[in-house]
Amino acid sequence: MSFVELAAEADRRWKSLTEGETPWIRVGAALCGKAAGSDAVLVALESSLQRHGVAAQISEVGCLGPCFAEPLVDVQLPGGSRVIYRDVTPETAEEIVASHVVLGTPVAHLALGYIGESSIDGIPALSAHPMKASETRIALRNAGNIDPGDIYQYIANGGYQALNQSLTEMTAQEMLEQVNASGLRGRGGAAFATGTKWNFLAGSKEPVKYVLCNCEEGDPGAFNDKGILESDPHTVVEGIILAGYATGASNGYIFVRHGHDGPVDRARGAVEQAYELGLLGQNILGSDYSFDLEVALTGDSYVSGEETALMEAIEGKRSMPRYRPPFPAQVGLFGKPTNINNVKTLAYVPEIVAKGGAWFAGIGHGRSTGTAILCLSGPLNYTGMVEVPMGLNLNQVLYEIAGGIKGGKDLKLVQTGGPLGGVLGVDNMDLALDFEVFREAGAILGSGGIIAADEDTCIVDLTRALIAFCQYESCGKCFPCRMGMSHLLEVLERICRLEGERGDLELMRSVGLNMQAGSLCGHGQLGFNPVSSAIKYFGPEFDAHVLERRCPTGACLGVKFSPKLTRR
Amino acid sequence: MDGLKQRITAAIHNQPQPTVTVLSSLLAVEDAIGYIPKDAVEEVADLTGTTINDVWAVASFYPNFRFDPPCEHQLELCWGPSCHLMGAMAVIAAALDQVGVEGEGDTSDGKLSLRYNTCLGACAQAPVISADHNLMGRQSPEKVRAAVTALLASPSPHGQGGN
Repeated sequence: MSFVELAAEADRRWKSLTEGETPWIRVGAALCGKAAGSDAVLVALESSLQRHGVAAQISEVGCLGPCFAEPLVDVQLPGGSRVIYRDVTPETAEEIVASHVVLGTPVAHLALGYIGESSIDGIPALSAHPMKASETRIALRNAGNIDPGDIYQYIANGGYQALNQSLTEMTAQEMLEQVNASGLRGRGGAAFATGTKWNFLAGSKEPVKYVLCNCEEGDPGAFNDKGILESDPHTVVEGIILAGYATGASNGYIFVRHGHDGPVDRARGAVEQAYELGLLGQNILGSDYSFDLEVALTGDSYVSGEETALMEAIEGKRSMPRYRPPFPAQVGLFGKPTNINNVKTLAYVPEIVAKGGAWFAGIGHGRSTGTAILCLSGPLNYTGMVEVPMGLNLNQVLYEIAGGIKGGKDLKLVQTGGPLGGVLGVDNMDLALDFEVFREAGAILGSGGIIAADEDTCIVDLTRALIAFCQYESCGKCFPCRMGMSHLLEVLERICRLEGERGDLELMRSVGLNMQAGSLCGHGQLGFNPVSSAIKYFGPEFDAHVLERRCPTGACLGVKFSPKLTRR
Repeated sequence: MDGLKQRITAAIHNQPQPTVTVLSSLLAVEDAIGYIPKDAVEEVADLTGTTINDVWAVASFYPNFRFDPPCEHQLELCWGPSCHLMGAMAVIAAALDQVGVEGEGDTSDGKLSLRYNTCLGACAQAPVISADHNLMGRQSPEKVRAAVTALLASPSPHGQGGN
């Protein structure tokens, strides 16, 4: 089938789904939906439909964003607007079917909002919800809207057009120019210019070259990579093929942690479907370009997300970082030139190619072009995943988009960029979402995880928890990181027990400096950040623990639990 | 234990992806059998042209691998920072108490294997646990006690074990 025929078939299928005879019910079933109980809701919907003897198409879709309201059920009658129901239980699922699906009367009191042209009485537009009002969806454009298991739904919504356009109308050089012009920078944490990175690989004349997509995402508080991969895997697959075409690569891998079944299954399914339709493999869409892609899994290891450790894991070894140089663009996976990009970075690429680099560069703030894909967690009123233009400040993110702290409590701090990103005190809430602005403030915007903590949080206890994570996840290759993390944890546990000693903060600083100087990868180099940033913003609270032997919040007197976990 | 050997062989020879490595083979065995039997280490070494030392090196590095058969049910408790801030410590304490153990490990009656996890990936629903690989969010000490009771009363899932 030519691409024109594929697109026509996809359109036909999409029209019959949205304007055909039967209602379409979408159930949010990404990790967030599953954790909120979407499986039981799905069963209830199916049995309710059967009992009423009505036919409806049910699809498990990805993450629409407002995870706080999961399980979400989205009902669309033929040709009508979608109604998004919140906090659905098996009982309310029955009510929704009986009223909305059977009688055509939406259940206003259960609805979060509607999406579509025609308004619905008593239900607000979802686009007016605080979590949605500031959004600009590029990478998340299809998330929650399409069935991630159906490639035709992706194509019907403009998918693979950028690939077809590139293969037929653009040279690899022209594609590189668009990506350079977009100003796109890596969303995995380092914010390195994607175009520059691709240029390195494009410069190599080796016949076998790799493009890797990093979805290891071990950062607690970050779930946007997994969210994109399970909500819209084809935007990632298309982004990888485009990256391959621009750099002249022959093979690719999507790298996911074993055990995250949703993202793993969606990625595998998407690759298989792309092969079936001739979008992967030999002579893609009849062009001269051939590219092979597969899904590789890692075991539990946070450091696997580091680019050279990731290559070790794909090769089947212990995921420990390599020495650099040589850099991956020269000697990477299986000794071949390799480019590694984060899921989010690659998910932008199809839209950048379709709409042009200048369009993307027109969104954002300073040198941080495009959007920030944020994961909001902690005691916030609205937790979930949002995509907003770079440049919004943290106040807007926390108080407008996330609706502030639950129960009217005060915000104490935010933790950004994964555990290694450290914490930011409330005086920094005017910081704009911008890689440079964050860096200058000593923080990391990183992969977009934002964890809020309220006034009841003890900074020493939280720092101990962050360092406990870092200690557990040190791969053990570099001595300063392996021992340093254990040492930091020991001191922090002592302070938490109110048995800290004068000089403990100095001791931790000395350990931290050694870790920074003597570690191969960011885990050890940035591993002191949680402690140093906590002391910077909350020095007096540490002093109260160490000098006065008291915990101002009382948290350190509560549950005593410190997972004593080390690598076996 | 010929049946076990056959299952190991089937698992490592039927991997879906073209790139077969020590790690991918071990993960395939874990998925199929729930742990890494000694025979699997030897067979993975043969298949991948490595030594059993190489295979043990990989197997012992990733904490998701275990080397003896798992219990009937799997319970994972997340203690990542998001869950920590939302009360994971109290949830974990309640779960440990309900199961009757002091920390990670297997119950003596072979009913339940309990593990901690650094991030189960559903941070917006913190605190999160995983009961026989089903994610359960918005936990509290009361909810987790009920979840443990329900888990122990449920039939053991087929193909138990692994992460």
